[in-house]
Amino acid sequence: MNYSHAELDPRKALPFPKAVLPVLRNPQLRKNVAHAIDVIQTKRARLVAEKDDWQELRTAASAIRAHALENLGAYLEQFEERCTAAGGTVHWAADADEARRIILDLLRQEKASEVIKIKTMTSAEIQLNPFLEANGVSAFETDLAEIILQLGGEEPSHIVVPALHVNRSQVREIFARRMGLKNLSDDPKELTNAARTYLRQKFLAIPTAISGANFLIAETGSVAVVESEGNGRMCLTLPRTMITLAGIEKVLPRFQDLEVMLQLLARSATGERMNPYTSLWTGVTAGDGPQSFHVVLLDNERSSILAKAKQRQTLKCIRCAACMNACPVYRQTGGHAYGSVYPGPIGAILTPQLMQMKFAQSLPYASSLCGACYEVCPVKINIPDVLLELRAQVVNQERGRAARYFDPMYVGLRVANLLFAKAWLFHVAQRLGRIGLGLYTRKDGWIHSLPGIGAKWTQTRDLRGLPDESFHEWWAKRGSQPGKEGK
Amino acid sequence: MRELGHPVILCNRQIVLLSNNIRVRVYALRQSVAVMRASLFITCYNDTLYPETGRAVVRLLERLGVEVDFHAQQTCCGQMHANTGFRGEAFSQAKRFVRLYQEAETVVIPSSSCVAMMRDQYPGLFEELGNEELRRQFAALLPRVYELSEFLIDRLGVEDVGAYFPHRVVYHASCHGVRALHLGERPYRLLAKVRGLALATLENVDRCCGFGGTFSVKNAEVSSAMLAVKLQDVIATGAEYCTALDNSCLMHLGGAMHRQYAGMKTIHLAEILASTEDAPAEATL
Repeated sequence: MNYSHAELDPRKALPFPKAVLPVLRNPQLRKNVAHAIDVIQTKRARLVAEKDDWQELRTAASAIRAHALENLGAYLEQFEERCTAAGGTVHWAADADEARRIILDLLRQEKASEVIKIKTMTSAEIQLNPFLEANGVSAFETDLAEIILQLGGEEPSHIVVPALHVNRSQVREIFARRMGLKNLSDDPKELTNAARTYLRQKFLAIPTAISGANFLIAETGSVAVVESEGNGRMCLTLPRTMITLAGIEKVLPRFQDLEVMLQLLARSATGERMNPYTSLWTGVTAGDGPQSFHVVLLDNERSSILAKAKQRQTLKCIRCAACMNACPVYRQTGGHAYGSVYPGPIGAILTPQLMQMKFAQSLPYASSLCGACYEVCPVKINIPDVLLELRAQVVNQERGRAARYFDPMYVGLRVANLLFAKAWLFHVAQRLGRIGLGLYTRKDGWIHSLPGIGAKWTQTRDLRGLPDESFHEWWAKRGSQPGKEGK
Repeated sequence: MRELGHPVILCNRQIVLLSNNIRVRVYALRQSVAVMRASLFITCYNDTLYPETGRAVVRLLERLGVEVDFHAQQTCCGQMHANTGFRGEAFSQAKRFVRLYQEAETVVIPSSSCVAMMRDQYPGLFEELGNEELRRQFAALLPRVYELSEFLIDRLGVEDVGAYFPHRVVYHASCHGVRALHLGERPYRLLAKVRGLALATLENVDRCCGFGGTFSVKNAEVSSAMLAVKLQDVIATGAEYCTALDNSCLMHLGGAMHRQYAGMKTIHLAEILASTEDAPAEATL
């Protein structure tokens, strides 16, 4: 049983307004999503409130990330140099295809037919698991949520809590079916133990691991991974070989920048003061941990995002998911409707940019621009601003297409612009509108049903009919300041 | 007295006029001579759909001794275009606004999202598409542009506007009011001084109602789902009227209330503040 039939490939995904339809009518999914993010949001709000310097921390984090991006080339080279000096090997991948090939080649050198993975959304971005599978390498997820998804044949719907849309009884069903545990109950302890038993075998048997990175530290050549379950720590200590896949934007200039980032990240992501496990490693250490260490630095359109001044801030993201937890759209839809491994507000700006604005063009419109995402963002990404910039790009693409004249929204807004240029034209349009809408206005003065694009409004909402007199008409009759001389 | 002017202001003036301190008396005299002028930018959708809000603003401000002016050439601030991605079109409307209002003493706008448009988006539009002169004119104008509750509290310095509205009311804090204009306590302070009014507390007060301009049509189903959730909180307050500083949110909430026979109405805050015993708000008639 699949709990949601999602394909997270923006090239094939349905437009957002269509993709949401089955979700909006799925009571279990909506309850799971709303419940999960309400829990995280409540914890987050409490822990943010206890920091007097929260806004200063945000300002600092924003400045650190902006500085790192402005000097990205230098910091990446510094990272490469320090990491290499410490015994690691750095690989550069221009796109998803190159990253997949590099990883596969490394696995083949290790003669690995199996690999264990720490949760990494970047690997989902490049669709690594299916690629490895097709090339004879089985990838086993070790993050609990990722195990649930992998065993259940599900896709992630959130970047921090990827199985957020699945509830406890559904987890029980997946585990019972895939692990052959008929008598498994939905007691969280029992479910965790089942996962633990399953995982222990993988940790002990598979000597090759793949991770993502929360941060790359240029100053020391270190990699940082934060997690909650300790599965990451296991993957970082037991295997012989570790391959880390990281987007090029993940770099921080200095080790001490972690002080700011870690305070913000856990509070923003899971509503904790500190995440349970923070792992940092630098190259290889003789007799301790993996003896072969590779970092694959993935560009995959990031440098083209970096080149655009208004959109650059997208890359400041530290993947805390506070924006999706705060988003009233995401709260109704969950993540799959975004058709991308990056859902929610950050996904709505990141995904189309990763696709060179050729796909996922409905995503910049998947927002009411309420601003909640910007308010909570720990690195102050002005997501509404970037959404508007991307919307402008979508419209500019539309301007060159003949089909634009069949889009009522496009035509309507172009005509409205002509009307707004001259008050008299606007006023004539108001009068015509009064006549036109009058045909649909019932005796109670309200419109219950409209044709065409108006039906999108009236499918759930009435609209009060236009009043007989607009404000400016009233004003013209009245004149300014009764009792004084009118104009 | 209530009909002639604001009681607090008049009282204050009388007190200071009687003061023995000559400087205070001179100041008070100058204040009483200088009439504040406010140019009302009604906004395109209020002009077309909610003229009663404009009438209420005029009544309210004149009662407070403000001379209200209305520029006949005004149309739209460009928000709808800017938020949908029609940046060039939005720019031409933004330019129009600045040209029309650059001489205004103050501009009052009974729509927080339109004011947010000007503060958050005009600078970027002018930076990208405008010239130096336009940027300068706008920079000079912007500090004189007020959302209604800002004008009352920050400019006029009044909280008690002499209003009477004997109903249970819930205030919907619109997204632009909360997160763009940071109106904070202003609307609550105004409501607290309305005689007869019982203010209900709204759960999840800063959560979006799902309107979002063209979002409500482009993503009508998600918008409706958000509206359903918002409406639950609003209706649970048991209020008779839901008020806000944005008729766009109220059009959304009110449209659903009417569809569902929810037994609750929407009313712009200006109409509550204009309401008195002798002239109750039109929505209550």
